[in-house]
Amino acid sequence: MSFKKTLNAVPPLCLRIVADCPVTKARACDLTLPHCTVSTPVFMPVGTQGTLKGITVDQLEGLGCQICLGNTYHLGMRPGPELIEKAKGLHGFMNWKRNLLTDSGGFQMVSLVELSEVTEEGVKFKSPYDGKEILLSPEKSISIQNSLGSDIMMQLDDVVSSTVRGPRVEEAMHRSIRWLDRCIAANKHPEKQNLFAIIQGGLDAELRKACLDEMTKRDVPGFAIGGLSGGEEKDDFWRMVTLSTDHLPREKPRYLMGVGYAVDLVVCVALGCDMFDCVFPTRTARFGSALVPWGSLQVKQKQYAKDFRPIDPDCHCPTCKRHSRAYLHALFKSDTAAMHHVTIHNIAYQLTLMRSVRQSIVEGRFPEFIRTFMKRMFSSRDQYPSWAVEALASVNVTFE
Amino acid sequence: MAGCRMKLELSQVVQGRGRLGLLQEIGRMGQHSLDIPGCLLYTHLGSVPHLTQDALHTLLSLPAVTQVTLSNMAEHQEVLEEFKGGFKKFAGLHDTVLYCSLHDPAAPCPTGHTTNKTVSVWGSGGRIELKVDKFMALQKTVQPDWYQSMADGETWQTSTTRKRVRKSVDRTLAHLDECLMVHQKSQELDGVGVFGVVEGGDILEERVRSARETAKRPVAGFCLDGFQTGAMDQALRSQLITAVTKELPEDKPRLLQGVGRPDEVLACVEAGVDLFEGFLPFQTTERGCALCFSFDVTLDPESAGTATLTVPDEEQHTPRETQPNRDLNWDNQTHTTRFEMNLKHKRFQDDFRPLVEGCGCYCCRNHQRAYVHHLLVTNELLAGVLLMIHNTSHYHSFFRAIREALANNKMDLLRRRVLENGKE
Repeated sequence: MSFKKTLNAVPPLCLRIVADCPVTKARACDLTLPHCTVSTPVFMPVGTQGTLKGITVDQLEGLGCQICLGNTYHLGMRPGPELIEKAKGLHGFMNWKRNLLTDSGGFQMVSLVELSEVTEEGVKFKSPYDGKEILLSPEKSISIQNSLGSDIMMQLDDVVSSTVRGPRVEEAMHRSIRWLDRCIAANKHPEKQNLFAIIQGGLDAELRKACLDEMTKRDVPGFAIGGLSGGEEKDDFWRMVTLSTDHLPREKPRYLMGVGYAVDLVVCVALGCDMFDCVFPTRTARFGSALVPWGSLQVKQKQYAKDFRPIDPDCHCPTCKRHSRAYLHALFKSDTAAMHHVTIHNIAYQLTLMRSVRQSIVEGRFPEFIRTFMKRMFSSRDQYPSWAVEALASVNVTFE
Repeated sequence: MAGCRMKLELSQVVQGRGRLGLLQEIGRMGQHSLDIPGCLLYTHLGSVPHLTQDALHTLLSLPAVTQVTLSNMAEHQEVLEEFKGGFKKFAGLHDTVLYCSLHDPAAPCPTGHTTNKTVSVWGSGGRIELKVDKFMALQKTVQPDWYQSMADGETWQTSTTRKRVRKSVDRTLAHLDECLMVHQKSQELDGVGVFGVVEGGDILEERVRSARETAKRPVAGFCLDGFQTGAMDQALRSQLITAVTKELPEDKPRLLQGVGRPDEVLACVEAGVDLFEGFLPFQTTERGCALCFSFDVTLDPESAGTATLTVPDEEQHTPRETQPNRDLNWDNQTHTTRFEMNLKHKRFQDDFRPLVEGCGCYCCRNHQRAYVHHLLVTNELLAGVLLMIHNTSHYHSFFRAIREALANNKMDLLRRRVLENGKE
């Protein structure tokens, strides 16, 4: 009954493909969500606990961010769904005017919490705060995400480490499909909250394919590629990504979960992904690691103590416009504001990278963009990671 | 006069002591002015704690003078020397007057390290001992607009003997003479103002002697040292400061070090102090607290019309125990002062009001107590950012209220209002 209702409702999401790359599988889209339109390909910064580490929502908006993440596991624990609902959802609670995506909470349960047990019912775990046993079922996850009021919710999936092989992977894949149906049925707000399915199947092409076949039968507004970016070989990783995009419907957004390194982003856009998230750019910033077109720059290293240039002379972020490497180097010893400066720079780097990628797709020169990007990122051709070269060759981008 | 052309124009002196006025033509280029009584902008290495420039500039009126401390600066001397452009440019501070003090008022330093020839400061890498040549070399590389002269301020412990106090006055005067000697010969420091330091502990004659002698030197202003909170009670502080300011020339600013509590600030203004160090917002922020003391003298019943209090309104809607700073016992338990509320407290968990009703700061315009509470209990960095914005805004508004009260002859009312905070 409720499944049917979902089918009939107009999903609060509209994907307009602005340009297709004539060479690769890349596309540039306008993804219209309840709070604003998102230009894809897009990198989504992660604001785990209802805040992006030390950055105000105005600063995030000022950087051009159109969608960011909140984590259901953390927010469900503290401050809890009831309170967030009272605060008019996560948007109201953190006063973020643009779009939010929330994960299902399942991933944290498996990665952060010991003693978690997965049954057909859901994921059982012990609260790290009071030791009480809690069950996160698909219904519970959606109920929390309904309270958070995110524009995009993720189904609860059965997450297995991407390095695990064997029957557990198959079981997880089938269970994720069953849980998807339960999540769809549990969504109280299909008219304003989009529910994305998550393709599982580990590193097994057959399983991935089976999961894709089954999940694409459901009329969900978007799809995520899950179970990757967890320490598997990059050779396996990109093959699973490209297999997934080959079978995902063209008219729906594809979200590759947990990917955020610059090279990975560029390659996976070429393989046909639209959306990405990763804690890496903001986490690494707090350790003084600034992202630059030639890799990264460790601001805290002694060599920058007397380096009076900005982090990246070509960067237009507020940090690079005002501060030098030397000042940031010194400030790291005195105040946490130093972390915020690098966090702002790193978010700006990610968002600018994706804007440039999009621009090049729109202008039909994405393959050329990739070549320039790789040339800047690596000091010589033999430094290019072989998986990236292979992945790009699979979509007709080659290097001399 | 050490080439500093700053002018102090007093518009009003209340009861012969509380001074309202404008410091004009400050900064080496003489393009800035600062209202007194006023407060300096407290920073760590030129950066207001927790705040990027964008976050800081959500504050509408920032003080014209930024304070940095040599304790932060000394370990970067080599870098600054190589940079050459001075600290303001190094830190990306484009439009401010820079005042360089010796110590960080929010980080008391160990005693026992001052000698006849040296002072010591503590940076992130430990103690750095400064003789006059190194001290002055530092000032030349920092290129502040004002700086505090070398001083021996180790008289604040209650056990300090008269002999030690006398020594601190003598030493500080000797340090000042040495600094001035180098200063006057240094072209790089042309137009820079030296602040002489008045010492003397809690001994009236020594205070007067120190003030008198310092006033004879070509200084741009005066630092009143050794009065910090904890060193003495306010009655004695007021008495000593009154005696000191009587000895000081009218046309030069008096900066009081280490005093930030609102009630103490008011008393010190009335004793003739012009400038304060703005470290209280930072300390409050580090406790997870928001300044919320009232200083609105328009709440006076006499000024009808604006007298619609928010307090009874709050009482209608919320149980009494959710009122900030109404319960002294609770304040005692959590070591917060009665001028602030501790947002870590559970009662703010579902409080969807701004930190302070009617406050126009970025935090209060955009966020609720419940959110800041959540950021604090989850140890999120944004908690410090939002609290620092609010606390800085609230504190600097308090100084505006002091100036208005002086102008409108309402200091008594303001004092009553401030003292009422935290009382039934």
